Amino acid sequence: MPDLSRRRFLKITASALAAAGVAGKLGGAVVDRVEKVARSGIRKIPTLCDLCFWKCGAIAYVRDGQLWKIEGNPADPLSRGRLCPRGTGGVGAHYDPDRLRAPLIRVSQRGEEKWQEVTWDEALDYIAQRMQRIKAEHGPESMALFAHGIGGNFFRHTFKAYGSPNIAAPSFAQCRGPRDVGFNLTFGDEVGSPERTDIANADCLVLIGTHLGENMHNTQVQEFATAVGRGASIIVVDPRFSVAASKAKYYLPIKPGTDLALLLAWMHVIVKEGLYDRDYVAKYGFGFEQFAAALETATPEWAFPETGIDPETIRATAREMARYRPATLVHPGRHVNWYGNDAQRSRAVALLNALLGSWGRRGGMYVPVGFDVPGYPHPPYPKPGRGPVDNPGKKYPFASEALTTGIRDATLTGQPYPIKGWFVYATNLLNSLPDQAATIRALQQLDLVVVVDVIPSEIAGWADVVLPESVYLERYDDLSTNLFREPFLGLRQPVVESPQDQKPNWWIARRLAGKLGLEAFFPWKDIEEYLEYRLKAAGHSLAEIKREGIIPGAPKPIYFEDGAPAEFGTPSGKIEFYSTQLQKAGFDPVPRYTPPEAGPPGAFRLLFGRAPVHSFSRTQTNPILADLMSENAVWVNAVAARRLGLKSGDYVRLRHQDGVISNRVRVKATERIRPDCVYMVHGFGHTSRGLRRAYLKGASDAQMMSRYRTDPLMGGTGMNVNFVTLESEA
Amino acid sequence: MARYVMVIDTRRCVGCQDCVAACKTENGVPESYTRDWITETVDGEFPAPRLEIRSERCNHCENPPCVSCCPTGASHVHDRGGVVLVDRAKCIGCKACLAACPYDARFIHPDGYADKCTFCIHRVERGLDPACVSVCPTHCMHFGDRDDPFSEVSRLLASRPHHTLLPEAGTGPCIAYLT
Amino acid sequence: MFEFTTTRHNLLVDPALHLWGWQVAVYLFLGGLVAGLMIISGVRLVVMRPKERHSLVCCTIGPLIGLVLLSLGMFALFLDLEDKPHVWRLYLTFQITSPMSWGSWILLLVYPALLANALAHLPEAIPALSRRFPVLVTWSDFILARTRLVLAIGFTNLVVGVGLGIYTGILLGTLGARPLWSSSLLGPLFLFSGLSTAAALLHGILVLTLPDEERPEFADFLLSTVARWSQSRPLDPRVVPTLARADNSFLTIELTLLGLFLIGLLTSTEAHQHAARLLLGGPYAATFWVFVVGLGITIPLLLQLLELRHTIRHSLVPAVLVLGGGLALRFVLVFAGQASHWVVALR
Repeated sequence: MPDLSRRRFLKITASALAAAGVAGKLGGAVVDRVEKVARSGIRKIPTLCDLCFWKCGAIAYVRDGQLWKIEGNPADPLSRGRLCPRGTGGVGAHYDPDRLRAPLIRVSQRGEEKWQEVTWDEALDYIAQRMQRIKAEHGPESMALFAHGIGGNFFRHTFKAYGSPNIAAPSFAQCRGPRDVGFNLTFGDEVGSPERTDIANADCLVLIGTHLGENMHNTQVQEFATAVGRGASIIVVDPRFSVAASKAKYYLPIKPGTDLALLLAWMHVIVKEGLYDRDYVAKYGFGFEQFAAALETATPEWAFPETGIDPETIRATAREMARYRPATLVHPGRHVNWYGNDAQRSRAVALLNALLGSWGRRGGMYVPVGFDVPGYPHPPYPKPGRGPVDNPGKKYPFASEALTTGIRDATLTGQPYPIKGWFVYATNLLNSLPDQAATIRALQQLDLVVVVDVIPSEIAGWADVVLPESVYLERYDDLSTNLFREPFLGLRQPVVESPQDQKPNWWIARRLAGKLGLEAFFPWKDIEEYLEYRLKAAGHSLAEIKREGIIPGAPKPIYFEDGAPAEFGTPSGKIEFYSTQLQKAGFDPVPRYTPPEAGPPGAFRLLFGRAPVHSFSRTQTNPILADLMSENAVWVNAVAARRLGLKSGDYVRLRHQDGVISNRVRVKATERIRPDCVYMVHGFGHTSRGLRRAYLKGASDAQMMSRYRTDPLMGGTGMNVNFVTLESEA
Repeated sequence: MARYVMVIDTRRCVGCQDCVAACKTENGVPESYTRDWITETVDGEFPAPRLEIRSERCNHCENPPCVSCCPTGASHVHDRGGVVLVDRAKCIGCKACLAACPYDARFIHPDGYADKCTFCIHRVERGLDPACVSVCPTHCMHFGDRDDPFSEVSRLLASRPHHTLLPEAGTGPCIAYLT
Repeated sequence: MFEFTTTRHNLLVDPALHLWGWQVAVYLFLGGLVAGLMIISGVRLVVMRPKERHSLVCCTIGPLIGLVLLSLGMFALFLDLEDKPHVWRLYLTFQITSPMSWGSWILLLVYPALLANALAHLPEAIPALSRRFPVLVTWSDFILARTRLVLAIGFTNLVVGVGLGIYTGILLGTLGARPLWSSSLLGPLFLFSGLSTAAALLHGILVLTLPDEERPEFADFLLSTVARWSQSRPLDPRVVPTLARADNSFLTIELTLLGLFLIGLLTSTEAHQHAARLLLGGPYAATFWVFVVGLGITIPLLLQLLELRHTIRHSLVPAVLVLGGGLALRFVLVFAGQASHWVVALR
C-alpha cells in the first residue's frame, strides 16, 4: 500500500513553511535541513530496467544514499509490478567490480587486452580523427554501426548525420529476423517485440522450442503462468524437456531440425478434417486452395519418420489445437535462427495460426497499439553516396533490416565496397555472430574499432578504443515507446551516480557528434531538454514521467472483434496462404520441408538456450546474478552419458566437428533431453580476462558455432547446425 | 493466535530464482550465501520424465529442533505467527542448529551468527508480504495466516492437494507445496 | 532415473554438511577421556576412602592429566565456534532442552571437581612441586583427613564424570536430522568409550613405570625424563593388571554397545539403514573396521587378555591402540553423521 513517501512529505512541509511566509534566511535554512534529512531514509525512483530488452518499468530504492533494491513498477503494463530475477538483481550491475571504469585506448595488438586509461576528450578525439579519415579516404559509408536497444538511438542518430547507411543489430539476422519475415509474408506485419502474443487468454498454447520460464521475458512468463493456472492446454515441441514441457498436456520430443514437417502435418490434419476457421479463412484468406493442395502429401504418417512423433499424437495435438480455436496460440518464438530454413518455418507457424483464426483474435495474437511521440527536430540527414553494404544486389530479397553478417562479409571481402571501421554499442559481437574466427578476421581488417559497453566484454577486448557507459541505473535514455496491448510511455532516468568516469550514451553520442562537426544535429543542450520537448509535444511533461515512470495512453481495441483494424500489408491485402511474392522470387510459395543435414556419427547436435537469471553474455559478472548461476552445464541424455562413462558433476570439453575445443564444462546427465543432442545455456565460457568473476567459467556455445546455414529469403544465420563430441576431463 | 505459513504452487513455479534474488537484495544476504533456493526433482525416463520445481527456505516449523538445541536461546520462536528467528546478539556460532535442521536451511553468516529466512517479519509486521512472495512473477507464492479460515492460504490448503517436505522428520513444517 | 539439483551452495552446508570437523572430534575424545578419568578416580576414592597417600595412579596422575586434557579439549571446542569473542553468552542462561547448554554448565563443574580431586593427592603426583610449595601438602592432608570430604569429592567426580561422558552422546542423539546420530545408545557408547580410553591411558602410564625388567625399552627414555623432572617414586605396579582388566570390561561393553547401536540403525527406517551402511560398507568402512573395531577394540582386548594370562608382557601397545581407536570412533561418528541425511537425494 503506497504511503506518503518521506521525500514528498518533507517537500510538502518545506513548501508549506515557505508559503506560510517564513521566508528569507530562516526558511531557507529549514528547507536545507529538511532536504538533508530527505537524503537519508528511503527514496523510490521509477525507471526502466535494462538487464534485457524488454524494458520493464522498475522502481529503484535508495536507502541512506546507497542503492538498496529494485522492484517492479505497478503502473507498468509489461511487469505489472514484478520484475524477473535479472531485474531484481539489477543492483548488481551498479556494484559489479568488473565494470569498465574509464575510456581506454589499446597500447598493443588488437585482442591482447592491454590498455591505457585516457580522458573522454582524448578517446573521442582519437575516434573522430579516424572517422574523418575514413570519410575522406573511403566515404562515410565505410563506417558501420552495430547497436542494440534504445541506448543505441543517439548513436544511430550520430551515424546517420555522419552519412553512413550501414547500421545493424544482431537481433535481425541472428535472432528474430526470420520470424518477422515469415509473418510479414503471411500477414503483412511483424510479430514485434514485445511479441503480440495473448498468452494470458489462450486456451491452447503451442510452444515450439520456446522455453518460457527459462527464457525469462517477463510479461510472457507471467502470462504463461496465468495460462497454466487457468488450466490451458499446453503443447510443447522441443528436443529437450524444458520447464515449459513439464507443465504441458502434450510433450513432443521432436527430432531437431524437423519442426517444419510437424507443422505441415498439423496443417494437413486441420485442413483435411475441416477443423480450420472457415469464416475467418474465407473472409481474410488468399490462395487457400493452392495452399491446401500443397499440403496433400504432408500426412502424419509421412511426418512420423522425419520427426519421431507418432501419427496419433500428431492428429491428437492438431485436433486439440483446433478444439480451442481461435483462442489457440501457436507461439511464433523469438530467437528462431536454427537451421537456415527459418523464415519458411516461421511462415508455417504463421499459416497454422491463420488456419486457427488466431491472428487478431483474443487468445491468439492481438493487434498491438502504441504511443506516438514526435521526435526532436533536426536538420535532414545527408544522403549516403552508396547504399548499404550488407545485402548487395538484394541477394536476400526479403531481408527487412540490415544484416550484421552481411556487413561482416563486406568487411572481409571489400565487396561491394570496403568497410573500414566498426562502432559497436552494447552487443558482444563475438558471442552474437556465428563463426568467431570470421569476426576476428574482419576485426583485423579494420582501421578503427570502437566499443561502447558497460563490462570488458570479448568484443571490447578487440577494440582500439573502449568507452565505458553508465549502467541504466545511472543514466537517462531515449523515451521507450512500445507496441503492446495498451499504449504507454516509459522513462529511464538516473537513480544513482556513476561510480567512476562512465558516461551515458546520449552524452557520448552528442560529444562525438561535436568532434565530427555535427553539432547541428544535437540542438538540445542536455537530455532533459530533449525529453521535455518530445513529451510536451505529446501532451505530457518530463516532471510527470519522472514521477510516475510510466505514462499510460488511452486504451484502444486490440482484437478484430472489438474494432481493431483487420488490415494485412501483403500484396493481396489479405492473409497469404499462397505467396505470389515468394513464387515470383523463386522460393516455395507454401513452405516445403527438407530434412536437416545429419552430423558426423557419434556426435551430438549442439543446442543452446536461456537461463532465467542471465541475459546473453552480459550478466555473468553481476555479483547477485553470478551467485544464482555461476557456470553453465552441458545437458546430456542419461543413457548416452552412461555409455560415455559420464555422470552429473563430471567435467568435459566439447570438441566441435571442425576441431575447436571448448573450455571445461560440467555435465548434467538427465532424462530431459534426446540422446542425439546436447544443450547448454548461452553466455558462459568467457575468455575476456577483465571479466574476472566469469573468466573461464563454463563453456561458450558461441565458440562452437563455427558453422551456420544462411536463410535464402532474408540472410538469417541458422546456428543449430553444429555437432560436438564430449571429451572427459578426468 | 496467528500461524504464518507459505503456500507455493509448483505447477506455476518455473524455478526462475526471482525469489532468491529478491531475498538477497531485501535482506542484504552476503555473497555466496542464500536464505532460499530452488530445487528440481526429476523422476522417470525420457521422453516422459516428471519434474517438480520448488522454492525452498526455512520451514518455520511448529516443532523446531533448531530452537530446542540452541544453548544460548538465540534461536527462538517469535511471539507472533510462529516465525522462527535468530537473535544475533545471543548467538555464538556453535552450529548445533545447522546440524539440527533436516532441511539444511541455515548457514553461518560471515559475522559469526546463524542466519536463515525470517519470513521477512520486518515486512510482514508492516502489512507487506515477504520479499520472495512479492516479487514472484508467476504469482505462485502465497503467504498468510493459517489460523484465519478466510485467508488465501487457508483456502488454497483446503481446496488443492499439497505436500510438505520431510513430514516424517516430525518437525511440523509450515510451507506447503501445491501439486 | 532420479535427478536432484539445488541452487543452494552455502558454506559448511553444501554439497554435504561439514560444519563440525576435527575440533569437535578431538573435544569429544578428550571429553570422554577426562570423564573416564573422573569416574575411575571417583570410584577409587569412594571405594578405598584413602586416609593416607597412596601412589594410586588414578588418583594422582589421573586428575592432573584430566585437567590438562580437558583444557585442550575445551580449547578445541572454542576453536570451533564461529563467534569466539562472545562465548560467554553460554553462561547467561540455561536452556533446559539443549544438551549443549547442559554441557557448558557441566564443564564449569568439572574443573573444581577435578581440581579438588587432584589436590587430594598432588604431593604424590609431583613431589618436587610439593617440596617447593608446602601449602600443597597442607591442603592434601586437610582433604585426606576428612572421610566425608573424600567421599564427596569422589561422588562429585563420579557423577559429574558420568554427566560429562554421556551428555555429548545425548547431544548428538537429539540432532534427529542426522540419522546416524539418532540413537539413544550414543550416550552410553561415548561413556564407555571414554572409560575404556581412560583406563587404557592409566594402564599405559603405569606400564611406563613398571620395574626395569618388565618395562619396554623406550619407556626408560621417557621415564628418565619424567623422573628427572618430578623425582617421583614409581607408581604402584600392582594396579597394572587391575587396570588392564577394567579396560577389557569397558572395551567389551563398548563393543556391545557399538553392535547394538548399529543393529538399532539397521532395523529402523531407510534413512537410518543408509546411515549405518556408511560405516559398515560405505566411505567410512575402512576407518571404522580397521581403526575403530579392529585396532581400537578387538586387538587391544586380545592383547590385554594375553597380558593378564602372563603370556606376554604388559606393553604400551594396547593403550596406544585403544586411545587411537577412541579418537577414530569420534572422527568417524562426527564425519559420517554429517554425511547421513533424511533427504533421499542427498544419499
